[in-house]
Amino acid sequence: MKDTFGLIYTSHSDMYLRELTRSRSIAAMPFGGRYRVIDVLLSNMVHSGIHNVGLVTQRNYHALMDHLGSGKEWDLDRKRDGLFILPPYVTKENTGSYTGLLDALRSNIGYIRRSAQRYVVVCGSDILFNTTFDGFLEQHIRTKADITVMYNVPDEEELREQAERTHLKMDEDGRIVDVEFSPILHTYPAVSTNVYIMDKSFLMYLLEVSAAHGRTDFVRDVLMTQVNNLKIYGYKLEGYVKRIESIVSYYQLNMDLLDEGIRTQLLSKPNPVYTKVKDEVPARYETGARVSNSLVADGCIVEGEVENSVLFRGVRVGRGCKVQNCILMQGVEVQDGAQLSHVVADKDAFIKRDRRLMGQPSFPIVIEKNAII
Amino acid sequence: MGKKCVAMLLAGGQGSRLGVLTKNTAKPAVPFGGKYRIIDFPLSNCSNSGIDVVGVLTQYQPLELNAYIGTGKPWDLDRLTGTVSVLPPYVTGKTGTWYKGTANAIYQNMAFIARYDPEYVIVLSGDHIYKMDYSDMIAVHEKKGADCTIAVYPVPMEDASRYGIMNTDQEGNIVEFEEKPKHPKSNNASMGIYVFNWKDLREYLIEDENNPESSNDFGKDIIPRMLREGKRMVAYPFDGYWKDVGTIESLWQANMDLLLSPPAFNLYDSSWRIYARNPIMPPHYMSADASVTNSMVTEGCNVRGTVINSVLFSGVEVEEGAVIENSVIMNEARICKDARVRRAIVSEQAVVGENSVVGGAGEIAVVGQGVELPEYSVVRPGEQVDSQAADPMGKQA
Repeated sequence: MKDTFGLIYTSHSDMYLRELTRSRSIAAMPFGGRYRVIDVLLSNMVHSGIHNVGLVTQRNYHALMDHLGSGKEWDLDRKRDGLFILPPYVTKENTGSYTGLLDALRSNIGYIRRSAQRYVVVCGSDILFNTTFDGFLEQHIRTKADITVMYNVPDEEELREQAERTHLKMDEDGRIVDVEFSPILHTYPAVSTNVYIMDKSFLMYLLEVSAAHGRTDFVRDVLMTQVNNLKIYGYKLEGYVKRIESIVSYYQLNMDLLDEGIRTQLLSKPNPVYTKVKDEVPARYETGARVSNSLVADGCIVEGEVENSVLFRGVRVGRGCKVQNCILMQGVEVQDGAQLSHVVADKDAFIKRDRRLMGQPSFPIVIEKNAII
Repeated sequence: MGKKCVAMLLAGGQGSRLGVLTKNTAKPAVPFGGKYRIIDFPLSNCSNSGIDVVGVLTQYQPLELNAYIGTGKPWDLDRLTGTVSVLPPYVTGKTGTWYKGTANAIYQNMAFIARYDPEYVIVLSGDHIYKMDYSDMIAVHEKKGADCTIAVYPVPMEDASRYGIMNTDQEGNIVEFEEKPKHPKSNNASMGIYVFNWKDLREYLIEDENNPESSNDFGKDIIPRMLREGKRMVAYPFDGYWKDVGTIESLWQANMDLLLSPPAFNLYDSSWRIYARNPIMPPHYMSADASVTNSMVTEGCNVRGTVINSVLFSGVEVEEGAVIENSVIMNEARICKDARVRRAIVSEQAVVGENSVVGGAGEIAVVGQGVELPEYSVVRPGEQVDSQAADPMGKQA
């Protein structure tokens, strides 16, 4: 896939995660003990042989830039191409504040124009799956499509939850013939992953035409209205796919990783997910620690009881604590005797002695960054 | 402009006392403490002390060491004007030899040091676990106007005859050096860390090389000669944790020291972080059957059995019913169902088969790199198994 570059659009649905995305975009959300959401998409691209990635950022992009740096950890600090972070700025071409994907990409048309590759993979950043894009591109070339949309078929349970999703109907050849956005009752079970592949020249044409007509939203203004005029095909993605649409789905993502099959598939084999290295010390279990069915990152010190939980780097769990069904992010400290159940604690939160916090699976308690309870 | 100080790290030791652990690996590349290798300690010390030019002198099994050090990025040593370079012996014209001794190793790489034209050269050994601020040692060297400063560590008096002992006057000047004395006069053991003025060192190395009787060794030749010539030799006392990990027993013990509470050696100090080349793996997983007490566990491990007082390196698999006690399990080793591992070191990628028994009371048992022990194997205390020797001893019908 040498002849392809990537465009990742961050932050369009950042309000769904409440406190957790107050100071960061979903792309920068920590998950699975040591990763951030963007790591998976970037690793997918790198494992596909894509060496030129543009990251269109909008609000709250500081955490993201801090995490990505030069792109070294993803092998994207290259002499030619590499990782380009494209923050908003206000000029004639760039509106500074984007109302949709078309708008955001149009504002960065200079980067797109300069990219030497023939094809472009465009994706959002609130979805997780581990794949390479080779089959995706291969189908796009074979069908001579204008746009190929990657989709999957979620299970019944996921389909029942309300969220802003794009449902697709394909004919026998895989060509998309109908599109519904955010229906209350969906007609088609196939759901777009918001990952698209196009010829770069077609994308540029699309952006210019859309800008000229004041169209900003890719789903509404291109997929829906042009479905009969353009050759738009669907490409089915198999395997584990997780959309981050709410606190609950974020919570489920972390809990899903306690399953070895899902963990391996999403994070390590055959394509390991790269992330920033922090040089933490191995985790330490003191006498009296009891840990079961949990993921524990380096730098943790555990003296109490932990069950069905994900502990990020450098978490402390004191003596006599009971931590159940929790997600504790980097640097969280739980003092002796505290009891937590169904809690998502953001970075460096501090839970004092003997506190009791009990959430529900359908509504986990969220503790914001640096909070002291 | 020249550098203030260049570090030369002597990593050439074969480490034969580490037995099967150094069969395919130079001693400095031996894993330690869950996610480190021995060489991470001097390299991190250099990085944290502001020394950004490090020459690593090696001539034994360099492949793994080379691959590990790479560009020096994990230690922040891939700098515009700094570097970490692996320096093997090489041939010039028709001459060229292996490193004959520690001094000869530096002699052969004088051109490397000269590129940076430093004021001082610090010579380090790659066999110890410790955290030391070399910049403080250099400051003392500078302040005292010394010709050579040697770091010394107070060893127990009864062990002193195993070390090179520095006898000092009241001001800390070295007046006498005894190599492994039968009747030691003090317990100030040389740590093998020397600071020299580069201009003097250069002359000493050239003269030493031209002396056919010399064994070209710092401890045996250069240091005694400087003392004889009345040079100002200063002892730099060090009182932190310092452990030679040159034997199976001491390597095992140094790992166990990390498990004491509070640990005898503190890795958690964020102002003096030990860097390592990290494999990128998910956090470790503890199953519902897992039981872990007083242990260190690293990324990528899957624990389904019982782990007591042990250090698990990255990517270790512990299957159901397996029991690991007082042991060191290195990277990506697998301890299969119902196996028992006690007082043992299981090396990288080794597999301990189902129902096997490794180690027990007595000396430390070792399972070498990549060894696959079949089920029902027995490795007795003190026994070392390498890939050829593995056979299903004690197999039950």
